[in-house]
Amino acid sequence: MERAQCIAMLYPELEDKLVVTIMGASAQELYDLGHRENFFYLQHAMGLASSIGLGLALHLPEEQVIVLDGDGSVLMNLGGLATLARYRPKNLLHIIFDNGSLLSTGGFDSHTTAGITDLAAIARGAGIEHVAAVDSPMDFGEAAVEALERDDLSVIVAKVKAVGPDNYGMDLALPENAFRFKRCVQERKAAR
Amino acid sequence: MTVSYDNSKTIFEGIKAAGITSISALPETWLGLLLQRAEDDPDMQLIQVAKEEEAVGIAAGAYFAGEPHILLMQNHGMFGALNGIVSLAQLYGIPLCMLIAVRGHWGEPYPWHTRGGIVTEGILQALSIPFEHARDPEKVGKQIQEAWTFSQSSLSPVALLLTRDLMED
Ligand SMILES: Cc1ncc(C[n+]2csc(CCOP(=O)(O)OP(=O)(O)O)c2C)c(N)n1
Repeated sequence: MERAQCIAMLYPELEDKLVVTIMGASAQELYDLGHRENFFYLQHAMGLASSIGLGLALHLPEEQVIVLDGDGSVLMNLGGLATLARYRPKNLLHIIFDNGSLLSTGGFDSHTTAGITDLAAIARGAGIEHVAAVDSPMDFGEAAVEALERDDLSVIVAKVKAVGPDNYGMDLALPENAFRFKRCVQERKAAR
Repeated sequence: MTVSYDNSKTIFEGIKAAGITSISALPETWLGLLLQRAEDDPDMQLIQVAKEEEAVGIAAGAYFAGEPHILLMQNHGMFGALNGIVSLAQLYGIPLCMLIAVRGHWGEPYPWHTRGGIVTEGILQALSIPFEHARDPEKVGKQIQEAWTFSQSSLSPVALLLTRDLMED
């Protein structure tokens, strides 16, 4: 299974959610499907996508928040999984695309390569109750539908191939993304 | 050494008076009484992190959400949060109002705090993070308000350094 496939399956669902992605390939694959104002691409600080998601989810209980994360990034903030478990926002879905690789920086193996480190087990051990580990598009789709209907913190660890887009580039400066994302969040809040 | 009960109360009152409704924090001795108050206050959301860098992400989420939020940590915690401060807050123009207990400075008896105390101001300067020292309980409320205001207008991290004079009796 490829991450781009999963993101494409998810894309129609993302319109009314708040979405935070990690850097590089994940961000690009989402952007290439069509940028929306409710997407925030964290183009550098590895590990913090889930923390941004937590900050959004806890302060915006009426929104559904989806974080698109990667194994290398999650490995930099394993404590963040425990913080998610402790505060357990019902409106947060944390999707970890586990390609066993630091793909966006040249494709070195990560610690999850060949099943050495099991991120789903770590998430469960951190105290997250609903953790799905999937490796086919059908299972991914099912897990995502279940998670979005669940009304509880959910993690999906999706095993994907270590492949990404051929070309990188966005017509969106980083602060511009932050300003517009904030404005979008505020407009949605005001419209409720 | 005992942590100042009165000044912890004054600082918490200053946080409330500045309109802050949400705090992310990692506990440490000087911040203990303050965080206890935050935890006991039904109108204050306290999010305790496992490592201080998480608080930078949470603060960004709170900022997008429009929730008045500050970070509480010790200087050594800020060191562990540096990439988040630089590559999230500064890179994207996201304000961070940080109240930082500065351990390892004048009068510090504990050797393990000293290196961090010695380099704290240099690190803040190197990162162009504006900072002020809070020493006087009469002034700290106003300083918190000003730190908050400046973080929001500059879209930048700012640090109010909580000193021994203020935090110990
Ligand atoms: C603190 C830090 N160290 C190293 C890098 C270099 N780097 C850029 S992308 C990346 C890998 C990200 O891996 P993962 O989160 O698994 O996502 P993938 O690229 O595989 O989609 C690394 C290590 C960085 N951005 N930040």
